[in-house]
Amino acid sequence: MTTLDHLRNRDAVLRMSELEAEQRAAVVDPDDERMIINMGPQHPSTHGVLRVTMELQGETVLRSKPIIGYLHTGMEKTAEDLTFLQGPTNVTRMDYAAPLFTELTFSLAVEALLEIELPERATWIRMLMCELNRMSSHLLFLATNGMDLGAVGMMIYGWREREEILRFFEKVTGLRMNHNYIRPGGVAADLSDGWREDIQDILNVLPKRLEQFDVLMTGQPIWRERTQGIGVITTDEALALGATGPILRSTGYAWDLRRAMPYLAYDEVDFDIVVGTYGDTFDRYAIRLNEIRESMRIVEQCLERMPEGPYRVQDRKVTPPPRARIDESMEALIHHFKIFTEGFKVPPGEVYTAVESPRGELGCYLVSDGGPKPQRMHIRAPSFANLQTLPHMMHGGFLADAIAVISSIDPIMGEVDR
Amino acid sequence: MSESRSSLDETTEHHEDRADDSERLHGALLTSSRGQIVLHPSSESYHGLIELLMGEGYNVCVDLCGADHLGNETRVLPSAIEPERFELVVNLLDVSARRRIRIRVQISETNPFVATISDIHPGAEAMERETNDMFGVCFEGHPDPTPILLPDGWEGHPLRKDFAMGRIPVQFKAVEGR
Repeated sequence: MTTLDHLRNRDAVLRMSELEAEQRAAVVDPDDERMIINMGPQHPSTHGVLRVTMELQGETVLRSKPIIGYLHTGMEKTAEDLTFLQGPTNVTRMDYAAPLFTELTFSLAVEALLEIELPERATWIRMLMCELNRMSSHLLFLATNGMDLGAVGMMIYGWREREEILRFFEKVTGLRMNHNYIRPGGVAADLSDGWREDIQDILNVLPKRLEQFDVLMTGQPIWRERTQGIGVITTDEALALGATGPILRSTGYAWDLRRAMPYLAYDEVDFDIVVGTYGDTFDRYAIRLNEIRESMRIVEQCLERMPEGPYRVQDRKVTPPPRARIDESMEALIHHFKIFTEGFKVPPGEVYTAVESPRGELGCYLVSDGGPKPQRMHIRAPSFANLQTLPHMMHGGFLADAIAVISSIDPIMGEVDR
Repeated sequence: MSESRSSLDETTEHHEDRADDSERLHGALLTSSRGQIVLHPSSESYHGLIELLMGEGYNVCVDLCGADHLGNETRVLPSAIEPERFELVVNLLDVSARRRIRIRVQISETNPFVATISDIHPGAEAMERETNDMFGVCFEGHPDPTPILLPDGWEGHPLRKDFAMGRIPVQFKAVEGR
């Protein structure tokens, strides 16, 4: 038994090398009027540097192939040269729209190898920050999705709302993006003064704005015409191709790691998994919009239930001494210096951890040889796997819909190419 | 390599990490790493094992990657498994039973060939291309064995341990006639 049988069109993928595609580009086959065209990597709606080679017959897309690698910077190789404590600075640059999730999955992997338990407050801070990040990432999706399909006003609104959240991140972590905030052993700093008010402001403003988005896009006939029934994928296809996140959920399959295999304290908070019905572009849009609402519910619960206590593990092997101690104690100074230059040693072993990022299952496979640097660090990027659904979604559709389909996958090329 | 195995017994203090030869699943050794189930099939029986696991409910190939263990003296392996330089690591997911399993296949340096599983899990296709790029592990029967992350014609496999960082200046593809 194979999952290959689940694919409706096995021949949706264009199996052609870049060179051959280049040679045959824009030449119309006189027999069946097929032609190969190339889209990207500099096309504005390819979300960075995605290139798609497509075989067209008139306006209809037959076969296609995503060509990636334009943003490959060897981050998995770089990780082998960084200590476990420096690791998050590297992985945070992969998914730049949701950097905290990559930091989280990496930190969870290191902690699993170290076999340390986190203080409760660290867990809840991580959950709070990740849900805020999920909101900002989905707002970015709404902005770009709107822009790709011609709702240019949406682009301005999406970026504006996202900026409110990034402003809060800047207060807490010091940076708008690439935070290096979640680290092995906890988080880098406690929440900033007045964090409750800051978050409350965001929570007060956002529901009204989301209602505006509903007026602007969800209920709008042109928007529905452009997205409904476009880029359909079935549950079996999504599972066979390893697609997770909103793509899998849009087919009606309620798979969310926060519920299915809870990590952090997701088993203690109340939230719903948003699923679609038809697996089309509209469902994927609607899921992300409504996931912002669910994330807000989780953030509210974090506000109510945020426990007191330390924000990082009190194990001196992994945590540097507090700043005040360094002024008093020579040993603390040496200890501080050692942790940041040499790093801490992690016992040998290998582990795979996974979290639900805004794009799907974000995993980290980590091998330690007992030293302060990983032997192998691999990130299972959801966008990388999700992109494989692209040819199957575009098959038989119009060229104009290809833009809608690419946008609805919401690939982040930094994460695809790593 | 046999020395590395004896040193392994001393350094593996974690009682959770079982590395004995007692348990088997579908003929492959079953161990546990930090509480996660790991299978160790041979490179010949790997394809069949994935097929059997597929029938058992592991219907999503969630991740597939390589690992280079050159110079790793402390790797955790059951003693019945002959260590090789490369490892192919596959993480499978059973969505209905909510369970995971990991498969670690030893791939020799001199004969880095293994059967593709993209005929069972089409989602493994891109991941196998990436593993081929990064480690030079060849997947026999792969429908599209072209480079995915590296440019066409790139020499070497960057994630191998003997591929030094910054060893060669960045190669750019020449654009002819432009």
